Formats: sequence, structure tokens, C-alpha cells
Amino acid sequence: MTGEVTPGGAGVPDEVVVDARGMLCPAPVIALAKAARSLPEGARVTVLATDPAAAVDVPAWARMRGHRVLETTEDGEHLVLTVLLGPAKAR
Amino acid sequence: MTVDRVVLDAGGQAPLLPVARDAFLAALDEGWADPRRLHSEGRRARALLDGAREALAAAVGARTEEVDLAPSHTAALHTAVSTVALGRRRVGADVVVSAVERAAVLHAADFTAARGDGRRVTVPVARTGQVDDEAFVAALARPGVALAALQHANGEVGTLQPVAAVHEAARAAGVPLLVDAGASLGHVPVGDAWDLLAANPGDWGGPSGLGVLVVRAGVRRSPDRPSDEDRWFPGGVSVPAALAAAVALESALAGQAAADEERRALVARLRDRIPAEIEDVDVAGPAEGRLPHVLTFSCLFVDGEAVVGALDAAGFAVGSGSACTSSTLEPSHVLAAMGVLTHGNVRIALPRGTRAADVERFADVLPGIVRSIRARLGVVDL
Repeated sequence: MTGEVTPGGAGVPDEVVVDARGMLCPAPVIALAKAARSLPEGARVTVLATDPAAAVDVPAWARMRGHRVLETTEDGEHLVLTVLLGPAKAR
Repeated sequence: MTVDRVVLDAGGQAPLLPVARDAFLAALDEGWADPRRLHSEGRRARALLDGAREALAAAVGARTEEVDLAPSHTAALHTAVSTVALGRRRVGADVVVSAVERAAVLHAADFTAARGDGRRVTVPVARTGQVDDEAFVAALARPGVALAALQHANGEVGTLQPVAAVHEAARAAGVPLLVDAGASLGHVPVGDAWDLLAANPGDWGGPSGLGVLVVRAGVRRSPDRPSDEDRWFPGGVSVPAALAAAVALESALAGQAAADEERRALVARLRDRIPAEIEDVDVAGPAEGRLPHVLTFSCLFVDGEAVVGALDAAGFAVGSGSACTSSTLEPSHVLAAMGVLTHGNVRIALPRGTRAADVERFADVLPGIVRSIRARLGVVDL
């Protein structure tokens, strides 16, 4: 619920998970963008969100920033979106 | 000190046109009676109501008897869908719609499809908001379709839809096409590519509390309500509202070309200035092939409620499709279907007679408002 950023898979430093569950728009996208800022091109960021707007707003943010949404799934009560980061200059 | 109000949110309900107000007041005196009564007062009210229907019919190229008046645009759309679905229940119960139809159409399609054991077939749209016409045509040509519904233009983002091509295919398939012209009539020509046409007097500067449904002779439909003298909309409508709506439409159509040119130029100005002066703005809808007076854009990392509130405090009334501005916390289904950013959304529909100076002033204050919201949220460098 805190937008906490944690390393994703063990030993994979360029994969992070942003927990935006319980946040309302635009907070999930802001939490995701903050996590993305310090990551290199090619890193994968996964965001967990209960806000239905995230299903649209994460892909829209990715389009505006030159990132790519790799996968969108639902895990029970929340959405799981994985984003592949584009080059930093586009951000 | 009071702030001068600038209304930039005329979609669905524009400020009442002065001629409509005059007609409404006159009809309160002349047409107060029940038009079903046979006395002189009743007959006078009936004459005003018939005159209003005749004028509305002429405005859309229909016969007077094809025009029904409804208590609201929502009621007109619900009844259009449910009565045709009922009339064609032997053909099937599926309803084909675009993903960006008004909520009233989507809900009516769900309601009637479920009742008849059919389904709502929802055709996707492109990023511009324009429906995939090939997919729409393919969907309505399948067996079991009771009716199809495609809006003339989208009232939230302004995109015109390919109704002519879709109507041709619908006719070939023998499927009636409902065209929701609720955002178009009074602003752009709506043409004749429809079997049922719904329009909204509030949107063209008429009064609230009235809807218009025009149904071509030959469209099969069955009443879906207890029987009444007013078969499709039991209880009838307000005579003053009907007269004011007809007068407002005549006025709107008489000035349509000039209002189109003026408002199209103002929207083009905003389409230039806003993305140039505010970072990270997602402008929705196409630059061409749109309504003249509608513009929607979303500001990244901004909360829609905050931007609407700050603009209101600065004297500007605007709409929004952001989730936080809706009672359901769901974002606009139109923006979602288009893949446009839904937060930080500002929706503008310019009333007729909007002054260029007010539009410039709006464009002047907006960047500062967005900047201060972003500063407060700590997102300036994201």
C-alpha cells in the first residue's frame, strides 16, 4: 500500500516490483515513474494496482515515455502490468 | 469580487439560448394545458406540441409522425434499444455497439441482450476514437442481431464516426441502425444515414428534460411499457420544453456554419497552444473529422479533480473523464477504449458565442495550474 519498491526476481537487479495496490489515480503511475527514473534502458518494472484506471494509464504513460508494456494480467483483486523501459533520453 | 464565469462545458447541456428561454416562457402562458384535452386550452397546447414536432422533423429530414419526444436523451436511447430489440426478438437478441457509445446505449444493450439471451457485441475503436468500421460491419452481418448502434460523433472527444458506410452495410444486412446524434445535431449536419436517430435538445441550447427520437417508418418495434396514449414515452412531455427545443434548434441550424467556423478555430488554437505550453499532455481525438466545439486532453501525473477544481476557482467550468471526478471511480470508458491517459483529464465543449479572448485567457492560466498541481505532487522531474 506504500508504493514500496522491491527487487523482483532474486539476483536480477534490473527487475523491480512497484506495489501500488490501494492507490487511486494518478498515484500508481507516479509511483511507477519514480521507480523507472533510476533504472536503465531495458529494465523491467512490474506494477501491482487495484485502481482500474491503471489498466489504461500505465500503457498511456509508457507510450508517452517511449516504454513498452510487455504484459497485463489480473491476479485476483489486482492488475499486474510489466513494463520494459526505453532509452533514458525519451523520459 | 466575483469572478467572471466562462462556461467551457456545454456538452449535453449548453447554456439555454435566449430565443429558447423566450419560447419556453411564452409557452408557459399559451401551452400550459394538457394537450390530450379537447377544450380550446388543450387544443392550443396540442397545436404548440405538434408545431414543435413538425419543426424538429423538418430539421432532420423526417416526417412529423416519425418524431417522438422523450423525457430525456437517456430515456430516448433506452427506449430506442429496448423497443427495437423487443420488436425483432424473433431475429435475435444481439446488439452491436461501438466501444465509445454513450453509457445509456451500452447499458440498454446489456439490459436487452440479457433479457433475450443474446449478447452485447462491442466493436473496438482506434486511438482517434473512430470505430473499426470493417469489424462493425462484420459484426452486424452475423445472424441474430436485433439492432446496431453507432453514434454520429463522440461527445467526449469529438470524433466523427463512419455512419454512412455502416448504415449502408446495416441496410444490406436488414439490421436497423440507431445513430446517437446527441452530440452532433445543432453543431454539424447529421445526414440521413440512420434508421433511428436520437438527439439531445440540451446539447444544442434547448431546455433540459427532453429527448428526441426519430424512427423511420418500417422499423419494427414493440412497446416495452404499459400501454398509454403516448405509446413510446408514456405520459408525454412538457409542451414548453418541446417548443423551446424546436426554436433553439432552428436558431442553432440557422447559425450552424458560422458557429462551426468560429468554434473550430478556437479549438484549433487550443490544440496548438496546450501541447506547446504544457509538458506531457495527451490530446485525444483527431485533428480532422471531428466536432467543431469539442476538445479533450489529459495531463500526465495530474489528478483530474484538482485541475477541474482549480479551473473552477479561476472562473472556468470544464468537464473531466477522470475516475476521480466520477461517482463510480471508474475512468471514462471512451478514453479507456481509445487508450488515452484517463487521469488529469479536461473535457471542453464550447458553447456557441464563446469569445476568443476567454479561450486565450483559459490557455494562459492552464499551464500555471497544471504546474502547481505537479509541484504539489512532487512529479515535476518524472
